[in-house]
Amino acid sequence: MALTRREFLKGISLTVAALGLPAEFIPRMVQAAMAKKRPPVIWLHFQECTGCTETLLRASHPDVAKLIFELISLDYHETIMAAAGHQAEKSLHDSVQANKGKYICVVEGGIPTADKGIHCKIAGKTGVQIIKEVANNAAAVIAIGTCAAFGGVQAAKPNPTRVKSAGDLIKGPPVVNIPGCPPNPANFLGFILHYLTFGKLPALDKLGRPKFAYGRLIHDHCERRAHFDDGRYAEEFGGEGHKLGYCLYKLGCKGPQTYANCPTARFNDVGAWPVGIGHGCAGCTEPGFWDNGSFYERLPEIAGLKVDEAGGKATGAVAVAAGVHAVAGVGRKLAKAKGGK
Amino acid sequence: MVKITVDPVTRLEGHLRIDAEVSGGKIKKAWSSGQMWRGIENILKGRDPRDAWMFTQRICGVCTTVHALASVRSVENALGMEVPLNAQLIRNLTQSLHALHDHIVHFYILSALDWVDVISAAGADPKAASSLAQSLSDWPNNSIKRMKAVKKQLNDLVASGQLGPFANGYWGHPAMKLPPEVNLMAVSHYLEALDYQRKANEALAIIAGKTPHVQNVIVGGVATAINLDNEATLNIERLYRIKSLLEEVDGFIKNVYLVDVCAIGALYAAWLPYGKGVTNYLSVPDMPLDTKGEKFDLPGGTIMSGKLDSMKSIKSFNDPYFGKNVAESIAHSWYNGDWSKHPYEEETAPKYTDFNADAKYSWMKSPTFKGKPMQVGPLAQVLAGVATGDKLTMKYANKALKLISAVAGVKVGAEILHSTIGRHAARAIRCAMMSDLALKHWELLVANIAKGDLEIFNPPTFPKGEQRGYGFHEAPRGALSHWIIIKNGKIDNYQCVVPSTWNACPRNGKERPGPYEASLVGNPIADETKPLEILRTIHSFDPCIACAVHMVDPAGGELAKIKVL
Repeated sequence: MALTRREFLKGISLTVAALGLPAEFIPRMVQAAMAKKRPPVIWLHFQECTGCTETLLRASHPDVAKLIFELISLDYHETIMAAAGHQAEKSLHDSVQANKGKYICVVEGGIPTADKGIHCKIAGKTGVQIIKEVANNAAAVIAIGTCAAFGGVQAAKPNPTRVKSAGDLIKGPPVVNIPGCPPNPANFLGFILHYLTFGKLPALDKLGRPKFAYGRLIHDHCERRAHFDDGRYAEEFGGEGHKLGYCLYKLGCKGPQTYANCPTARFNDVGAWPVGIGHGCAGCTEPGFWDNGSFYERLPEIAGLKVDEAGGKATGAVAVAAGVHAVAGVGRKLAKAKGGK
Repeated sequence: MVKITVDPVTRLEGHLRIDAEVSGGKIKKAWSSGQMWRGIENILKGRDPRDAWMFTQRICGVCTTVHALASVRSVENALGMEVPLNAQLIRNLTQSLHALHDHIVHFYILSALDWVDVISAAGADPKAASSLAQSLSDWPNNSIKRMKAVKKQLNDLVASGQLGPFANGYWGHPAMKLPPEVNLMAVSHYLEALDYQRKANEALAIIAGKTPHVQNVIVGGVATAINLDNEATLNIERLYRIKSLLEEVDGFIKNVYLVDVCAIGALYAAWLPYGKGVTNYLSVPDMPLDTKGEKFDLPGGTIMSGKLDSMKSIKSFNDPYFGKNVAESIAHSWYNGDWSKHPYEEETAPKYTDFNADAKYSWMKSPTFKGKPMQVGPLAQVLAGVATGDKLTMKYANKALKLISAVAGVKVGAEILHSTIGRHAARAIRCAMMSDLALKHWELLVANIAKGDLEIFNPPTFPKGEQRGYGFHEAPRGALSHWIIIKNGKIDNYQCVVPSTWNACPRNGKERPGPYEASLVGNPIADETKPLEILRTIHSFDPCIACAVHMVDPAGGELAKIKVL
């Protein structure tokens, strides 16, 4: 270490003062400074609903207390930090300066670009500027949720504030997308743990999503897949097929064109997921899912089944094709799917 | 005179700016400004009304479920529909389980740090903390061992030099008054609260598919299939899992949350005179017991000028007393023009002109009821219960007041509820009520299923022409309503009048301040550079700003600033 002991102690005293702690913490801090640091994390909010933060409160492995106390140093997060106003801003600036190029930046929310970005100004700066100053100086960026990953609900037509995703704007550090509305906390935490444990990014798909969580279609691992294959469909909520746990394709399920691990990871530690209670998948991990037709209209063509090869890219095209009527000749599955109506 | 700007107000959803004029250590005047606009109502135009709930739920992930419920109710109201009893009860379980999580998180995670000094807790005596906690409640985790473990965890965090979210907090602030042992007890419960709010969510996910953003509420009923003879539906195993989780959470609410709020409130008795503000109260009835929405377990209505005998009940989902008397003003809001209109008649043309305290200064509109600003939230609802002599409300209100009196050493009555601390107490009272009601509605659901009724859905049909409807819901933050106009099966106009808009709104057309603004007047400020007291009163409302301005997003706000001019 190039620092003299005197300089080192001076630095510690400054840190203690910066944290607003009494001087008796200095000796303990000296000890701690020799120990391993928890990696700093800065969490930014733009156009969002805070559902992605809320999802983290539901996590159990690790839970949020363990995450904050033992695994990371969550230096800035508006929803949970004690400080407000000027004190909050100080926390942000301190961490950015001290950890330049070393912190993980989490982006929650889309970033509006209409009217030079004035629809999202924080500390007098637009979201676009903050992305430049904070996110571009991170070691890696996690775009949590479909808003940060793909624009989200405010980017739905007509996208009044011309919202962009984090990945559209960030230059420099790698951006990993953890979409979902909100995403399963296991996918966010899985990424963090992977990164901290192995020191590198996990394998990603074409849309920047970790393959460990978004590698397969929901349809591939769906517990109701056997019903789909055998042509057993729920025709109406509360109807006979619905009560028997049949396939929800005809009630609008978007599972055949949606990449996510919902059927395997499940939610809230109770084995639950939307299809498991009787509601179709909304397709929330895919770009533009808000504009892919009603959540209660069945997918137009079982061409959705071809989607596998294209790795998610083709899903948009399938949805755009929204001709509503299923087309003949896609084989046994479709024929049966048509059977009911 | 000193002018303070707090921006952002943290530990809430969204982006809020508060300005205040301080003189002689007291706030003389205050302004509340919503700093965002997203456009969700505009995005809804032309879409399928069955999809609206999916969009509106994304107004807020903290108030997840509430905009889904209000939305489907508005469409059903427009179509003149009823929903099956099972659907009503499953929705009631959905709202009550969410409320348990929401209230617990609000007190511990979003507001306790305004009153509890975490750094002081690090120096507390665990034995004394344990015996103090045990004198209040026999909660098993009030043991010496537990307090020692929490103290160690806290000391390890502090010694790491990486305080994370606790950095730059208001530790050692002159307004922090609790002894170290109370602080340690509260930190211990803060950490436990994280576990219990999660359990409430686990119970909710069993019927809702997931949370946040439930996926079981649909126009016409719920998607939660019931079949006792199937493994893939709501069956006895799933029902009992909900119940056992609920019972665990119930224990925490009654033995820890309610007790902590009363004890900490009593120890801050000097704060009881502060934060009253607007004393017109609005709540809406909820937890319907029938298919029509005419009988409810939660009372709702209006109370004017704080007078309980002025209580006027709202009687049904169709009561014109509610439907006719809501309006919104844009006199001080960043929209084009200056009008006050009924939600059906509103249009939304944004026009941003920067913060000008004398003119327009917020994205929020100013809702009024019969032309008057109203305070909404658990306090409004608890007062409606007290005014109507509702048994369940009285049970927990009496319990809370008794405990506050015992700890404070002075006998206090319901009049103390009109305050910053009173809003916290009312929320804890409501949470205990909702816990009882969640269990009750679980029983009702099981009893109804036992009769052989498995109905969950009445299919909606959309006739040609125009239909108008509204749906209200007593959300954790108070009275919420959605207003829809459907034309030929598509959404033609959609407006949300939201709890945090009622509370956080700017001055209305008659220059009457909104509840936040009024409640801050008279609050003490010990140190203008660290206006902790502003956070106390604002947090007591449980602000949700993404909800309050559901249209676009932060504009023009200088987030993260206290300016001392």
